[in-house]
Amino acid sequence: MIAPLIGSWLQRQKSQLAARRKVALISSGLTLILALGAWIDFSLLDVPQAHDLWPLLSMLLGQEWLIVDALSSPLLPLAALIHFLVILMTPPTKRRRFPYGLVLVMETLVLLLFACRLPEGILLLMALSAIPPWMDLKARGHATGLFWMHTLTSLALMVGGWLLMESDQKGGPLGPVLLMMGLLIRAGSVPFHLWVADLFENASFGVAILHVTPMASAYAAIRLILPDAPDLLMDLLGVLALVTALYSAGMALVQQEARRFFCFLFLSHSSLVWLGLEVISPLGWTAGLCVWISVSLCMAGFGLTLRAVESRVGYLDWKHYRGLYRHMPMLAIFFLLSGLACIGFPGSIGFIGMEMLVESALNAYPHVGVMVLLAAALNGIAVLAVYFRIFTGSIHPGSISLAAMPHEKWAVGILGILIIGVGLAPQSGVNSRYQAAMELLTPASNDTWIPSHDQASGTLGSLSDGMNPNH
Amino acid sequence: MEAYLYWTGLTLVASPLLLISGLVAQQVFGLKLGEKVLFRWTLTLTSIGLLACVLHAIGMLYGSRESYHLELGQWVALDELEIHFHFKFLFDRLSLPFCLFSWVLCWTVVVFSHRYLHRENGYERFFFGYGLFVLGMTLASLAGTVEVLFCGWEMVGLSSALLIAFFQERSTPVRHGLRVWSIYRFADAAFLVAVLLLHHLSGEGDFEHMTGDSPWPITHSVMAPETAFWVGLLLLVAAAGKSGLIPFSGWLPRAMEGPTPSSAIFYGALSVHLGAFLLLRSHAILLASPALCMATVGLGLATALLAGCIARVQPDIKSSLAFASLTQVGLIVAEIGLGLEVFALIHIIGHGCLRTLQLLRAPTLLHDYHTIENAIGHRPVTQSQKSFGSMIPKGLSDYLYALAHDKGGLDRFLNFFFVNPCMGFFRWCDRNEKRITTSLSVWVPSQPDRSSRSAKLIEPMEIES
Repeated sequence: MIAPLIGSWLQRQKSQLAARRKVALISSGLTLILALGAWIDFSLLDVPQAHDLWPLLSMLLGQEWLIVDALSSPLLPLAALIHFLVILMTPPTKRRRFPYGLVLVMETLVLLLFACRLPEGILLLMALSAIPPWMDLKARGHATGLFWMHTLTSLALMVGGWLLMESDQKGGPLGPVLLMMGLLIRAGSVPFHLWVADLFENASFGVAILHVTPMASAYAAIRLILPDAPDLLMDLLGVLALVTALYSAGMALVQQEARRFFCFLFLSHSSLVWLGLEVISPLGWTAGLCVWISVSLCMAGFGLTLRAVESRVGYLDWKHYRGLYRHMPMLAIFFLLSGLACIGFPGSIGFIGMEMLVESALNAYPHVGVMVLLAAALNGIAVLAVYFRIFTGSIHPGSISLAAMPHEKWAVGILGILIIGVGLAPQSGVNSRYQAAMELLTPASNDTWIPSHDQASGTLGSLSDGMNPNH
Repeated sequence: MEAYLYWTGLTLVASPLLLISGLVAQQVFGLKLGEKVLFRWTLTLTSIGLLACVLHAIGMLYGSRESYHLELGQWVALDELEIHFHFKFLFDRLSLPFCLFSWVLCWTVVVFSHRYLHRENGYERFFFGYGLFVLGMTLASLAGTVEVLFCGWEMVGLSSALLIAFFQERSTPVRHGLRVWSIYRFADAAFLVAVLLLHHLSGEGDFEHMTGDSPWPITHSVMAPETAFWVGLLLLVAAAGKSGLIPFSGWLPRAMEGPTPSSAIFYGALSVHLGAFLLLRSHAILLASPALCMATVGLGLATALLAGCIARVQPDIKSSLAFASLTQVGLIVAEIGLGLEVFALIHIIGHGCLRTLQLLRAPTLLHDYHTIENAIGHRPVTQSQKSFGSMIPKGLSDYLYALAHDKGGLDRFLNFFFVNPCMGFFRWCDRNEKRITTSLSVWVPSQPDRSSRSAKLIEPMEIES
């Protein structure tokens, strides 16, 4: 967690662009190796939680802030990998303006967040993590009002909700509802998603990807409020997540600009994670956690490929066919692979998670499962439509080579191996997410809760009481 | 004998996997292997697969085996959640003939394509799509569980869309490829719901848990009629989408944009029959519900009638053959609904072989006519016969002609009731979102003017020193 911060300071000491990029790359690469090591170490320890051996922060702050458990142990290398790949794949045309220092600070903040268990720490880190995108927008001379309006509202709701929950002895619903609303605004749930599209349109594409793909608000929701939230709240969560999935999928289909398209595609997929978490059952949570990993990885890869194409041809829109396949076949294939992996194509990382998610939704409420599939179908159509728009058509005229560069090939290779490799051998990943789900769902009391498979406790009761086959 | 069946079965399943792995590596790493190397690789592995299939069939006949299960372990297993995805393959009287038929045609098309696509841009892309298709067909036809069938089903759909858009320099094939993919996605959604319901009801995805232990076609459903109706209906929708039955028939002529070899195996022989294969595999579920059987027969006959009319008014040979193909598929589906499973399987194989031959010969149709003319010295004279069409009243004939010319109005129906309203709604939302975003940004004080937001400058590529 300190490594990217040190890297951020070091790169500021360099005046040459190439040297700054090199320092950023080394520090984020080192962070990735350390995060992977932490994950492997945690897996070998076979304990529910891993604590800091030299608790510096605990000594300084008087409490233990950072604990790695089954939920966060793979999220740390996932976040580190995404940051590393964003830096690695930064195209030459964007390097002059790319804020390496800010990105490394963002990396520190998200790693701290994923290892933080204290609610105050989580809220503080959520607030701090909004600063780098704001700084990027400001540096580019774009309006920041919309971003700040949503961010401040979400923070106010989160903090207010949390304080209410802490002070309310009776456990009323207002506090949790406010907190959840704050988190959903931060997640970009419909109808509070305008800031996400605005961020993607105006900020650096890489910074925008880094701000949303780790899905920090889902982590905060799990730590702060789920799975003990009141039924009313879960109803609200389920409805908003379902509406976001469907609405964003439809919006992705009609977009004419690359960044807005990516924004809506991501919102649709990320809301599936919330749908999985809404079904308070081991199957639902296992599915939600699996989909979280696959969506973060695949959407990051998809976005980075789009970014690479954008750097070559400029502002990317779908008004005509670009005919770029002949120039960049490797990027084209990876674009299709990552897009299909997001929608759960068989053999890819997203398949098993999607299957389990739909099954958990069908078990709870059949129509919810059908709507999830509808959203996935629309997303699949959108992915192939955009693939055709970018890579087919009259061959793009040009004398400069647009082929993937060595650093892009490396990044694409790493992601491709993960997407297909984990897709073909998902057992250990599924086991890990199941273990995390069980630890989160098991109450803190000494009694062990062993849920049965038939227990379907999804709480979209207001929508479908008449259709639930379990009634 | 067990070892013999095991190894031949494993070779049969592994050869398309190996084929696609090599082709993926070639595409991903951009290896310039040349047409000859690619062709030899594809032909070798296709030949191995075909040989393994033949040997396996001989082995089963020799050992008088009615079925054989090839278990390759669990893909994912979570006992606590009763999640099990088996890699299981079933060789029986349905899957083995269909698989053998598929491999024979695939082998034929490989040999044909090498010459037909010689020096064509995208030669490698074609064989990549072909490899994905072969893998998908093998998984789908030999699937012992619904999950494996679904995996194969999806792969066939993707390869189909990519090959329709093969001539990607033109926008028409690309648009048609997208249209076909869109229909497949909705059909696949219905299939996935059916898969998960079957999984949920039976605890596992094995076909024998759903249709009993008896070998095909002597199977029986273990579901109640009401449950069987809903599950079967979902399977029927999936089959309708994949096979181009009403109301999804509009995609079939669009699919003819692809190269002739892919048109032949996809829409003449294999992919278009995959829906019927799904119904054959799950026919026990259909038979458990009389209402569903009636629906299947009705759908099949209606498709056959409509496609028969449409085929007669097509201006080009491939479209005409496509709808002729659909006529037969409609009849096959009706046969399945009537419980004539074995007859339907024989019909599939015979029809597939004939249609593949016709489609592969289609590009040389004019050449064939010229050869005949040269041989006999004049144009062939067709004897006028009293055709069925001449017995229909003129008014009805004109109406049927218009209906057929419009391809039954099915595309217009889907566009009017589904596509246009959805797209129109979301476009309206998009316009209003942009207005709201702009007005919110202006409302918040001391913000830069956002009116130039849409004018994005193209950043020139900078060459780093």
